[in-house]
Amino acid sequence: MNWQRIRAMFKARNYEFFRDKAAFGWNFLFPFLIIAGFGIIFGGREYSGFKVGVFPVPTDVVSRETASSLPQKFLATKYLEFIGFSTFEEGFAKLKHHKVDFLVRLDSPTRQYWLLDSSPRGYVVERLFQASLIPDGPGFGEKVAVPGGGIRYLDWLFPGILAMNMMFSALWGVGYIIVRYRKNGALKRLRATPLTAFEYLTAQALSRILLLLFSLVVVWLGVELIFSFQVAGSYLDLFIVFTLGATSLTSLGLLLAARGTSEEFTSGLVNFITWPMMFLSEVWFSLEGAPQWVRSLSELLPLTHLLRAARKVMNDGATLAEVGPECLVLLGVTLVCLVLGAALFSWNE
Amino acid sequence: MPPILEVNNLVKRYRTVTAVDGISFAIPRGICFGLLGPNGAGKTTALEVIEGIIPPTEGEILFNGTPKTEAFQQEIGIQFQHTSLLNFMTVRETLLIFQRLYQAPESIERLAEICNLGEILDKMNDRISGGQAQRLMLALALVNRPKLLFLDEPSAGLDPQARRYLWDIIRGIKNEGRTIVLTTHFMDEAEYLCDEIAIMDHGRVISRGAPAELVNRYCAGVTISLPRASVRTPLAELPFSHREVNGRLEITTDRVDAGLAQLLALKVDLAEMTVHSPNLEDVFLHLTGRKLRE
Repeated sequence: MNWQRIRAMFKARNYEFFRDKAAFGWNFLFPFLIIAGFGIIFGGREYSGFKVGVFPVPTDVVSRETASSLPQKFLATKYLEFIGFSTFEEGFAKLKHHKVDFLVRLDSPTRQYWLLDSSPRGYVVERLFQASLIPDGPGFGEKVAVPGGGIRYLDWLFPGILAMNMMFSALWGVGYIIVRYRKNGALKRLRATPLTAFEYLTAQALSRILLLLFSLVVVWLGVELIFSFQVAGSYLDLFIVFTLGATSLTSLGLLLAARGTSEEFTSGLVNFITWPMMFLSEVWFSLEGAPQWVRSLSELLPLTHLLRAARKVMNDGATLAEVGPECLVLLGVTLVCLVLGAALFSWNE
Repeated sequence: MPPILEVNNLVKRYRTVTAVDGISFAIPRGICFGLLGPNGAGKTTALEVIEGIIPPTEGEILFNGTPKTEAFQQEIGIQFQHTSLLNFMTVRETLLIFQRLYQAPESIERLAEICNLGEILDKMNDRISGGQAQRLMLALALVNRPKLLFLDEPSAGLDPQARRYLWDIIRGIKNEGRTIVLTTHFMDEAEYLCDEIAIMDHGRVISRGAPAELVNRYCAGVTISLPRASVRTPLAELPFSHREVNGRLEITTDRVDAGLAQLLALKVDLAEMTVHSPNLEDVFLHLTGRKLRE
C-alpha cells in the first residue's frame, strides 16, 4: 500500500466535492431545510395532541361557549384540539380519512359520537370522553409528576436527519460516482497507473468519511444556532459514533460500486437500499409495536445501529461503552463491505 | 538486445466473438509501430490486452525479453481512445495528481513543453478544446517517463490542423528514443508516424512491414489518369497496361517519367491528367477487397 498514491486520489476527490458548488451546497442545505421545516411546522412545541371534531358549528373554530354542551372536564383536557364542522357529512369524511380522531354531535341529548374501530387514537379519546362523564369523586392512583419537558421530537428527530443525510451522501457520493467514473473511462485511465484497487477504494472511502463528518459539523452548528439541541452525553462519544456510522455507510457504498457501468441500475440499487433504511431504521418514527419481522429486518440495517447509538448518547446520555454493541455492528458492517467490495471491484466491468 | 515488446500468438475471445485471433509480432526499441485497420478489426482489444488492462485468453507477451511483471505498469504510458478526465480540476492539478502515482515522474514543466500545454495549465479540464484534451491525455501517458508508449487512435475526433499538430508532438516523442505503439484507422497517420505497421482485419494481422515496403509489395506502380477523350490513339496501340474507369483512362506504370514521355509522344492532351501514387489504403484494399473506412 502506497500512501502517496492514496493521498493523491484523496485530494482529487476532495477537489471534486468542494468545487462542485451545486452538490456541495445541497449536502448542507438538505438536512438544514428538513430540520428547519420541522421546526417551523411544530413551532418548537410537541406534536402529540388528539383532534376532536364537533358539529354542528358554523365555523371550524370551536369556543367553550359553542361547545358548552360537552362535559367541561372533556373540554378542559390537555392535548385535545377541537375542530368544528357545520354538518355531520363534513365531519364524518374527515374522520374516515384520519384527519380527526373522534367526532361528537353537540345537539344530541344522548351524546352521540363516532370513531373508527381500528383507530388507537380514537379509542384513547373515547376513554377520555367517557371518563369526563363520570361525576367527580375520590381519585384513583397517586400522581407523580416528572419535571421538565422530556425529549422534544426535534431532539429525537435530529440524529435521524443527520444520519439519513449521511446515508444518502455516502451511497450516492461513493456508489453512484464510482460507477459513473467506470462508465466514462476515468477508472480505466487510473487502472493504467500503478494505483491498486485497494488504494483507490481507501482514498475514496477516506475522502467521503471526511466530507461526511465535515458536513455533519457544519449542519450541526447551523441548526444548533436556531434550535439549540440538547445533548445529554459526550460530544466526543457522539462524534465517534457518527464516524463509525460514516465509515460503515461509505463501505456499503463501495460495495454497491464494486461492479457495473450502468448509472440507471446503480441508481435503482441505491434507492432500493436507502428507502427501506429510511423507513425501517427509525429516522422518522419509532418501530415500537411494529411486527417482529419488521423489527428483525431493521436490525440488519447499519442505519438502525447508527441511529440507536446516536440517540442513546444524545438523548439518554449513554457512554461509548454503553453503545458498544451498536458500535461493534457498525465495525462489522464496515469490515464485511470493505472486504467484499475490494474482492469484487473491477476497474472497467 | 531483445525487442522491447514481443507478442506471441495472442488470443482474446469473448463468449461468441474472437476479437484477437492469434496475432504475433516483435517491436524493436525506438520505433513507432502501428496497428492499422478498420474499426472493429481488434486493434484496441489487442492493445488493451498487451497493456494489461484486460486479460488475454491465450498467448504470451514479453517485455524486454521476459514475461511482464508488476513493474511493467511503471514503465509504460497509455493514452486510451475513450476515457475521461477527472472533474473540477485544472490541467496542472491533473498532472500533479498523476505525478504522485509514480515513483520518478517527469516534471510538469517538461510535460508542458513536450505537449505544448503551457498556456492551458491553469485552465479547468472541462474548459479545454478537444485537441488540448488529447495533448493532456498524451502528457498523462508521459508522466512516468515511459520507455514504451501506447497510443490508441490518438488523433480520433480532431480537426486536420489539430491532428497534424499532435503528429508533430508524437514524432518529437519518438525522436527522444521512446518506443511507440499506436493504433489508427487513418492511413495518412500511419504513413506519417509509423516506421513499421501491422495491418489488422477481423482480429488477425494480415500483413506487416514498413509502410513504403508494404506499398511496394502489394501496389507497385503509379497510376496516371486521363479523360478518355484526350487520347486519340486507338487503345490497342497504347504501349502500356491500361483500363477504362468512368470515362477516364487509367494507365499504370513503374516509371512516371517514361510514361509521361510516351504520352507526350502520342500527342495526348495532359491538361486534365492526375497522377496517383499507391498508399496504405490501396494496400488494405488489395489485401481485403474493402476500404479502410468501409
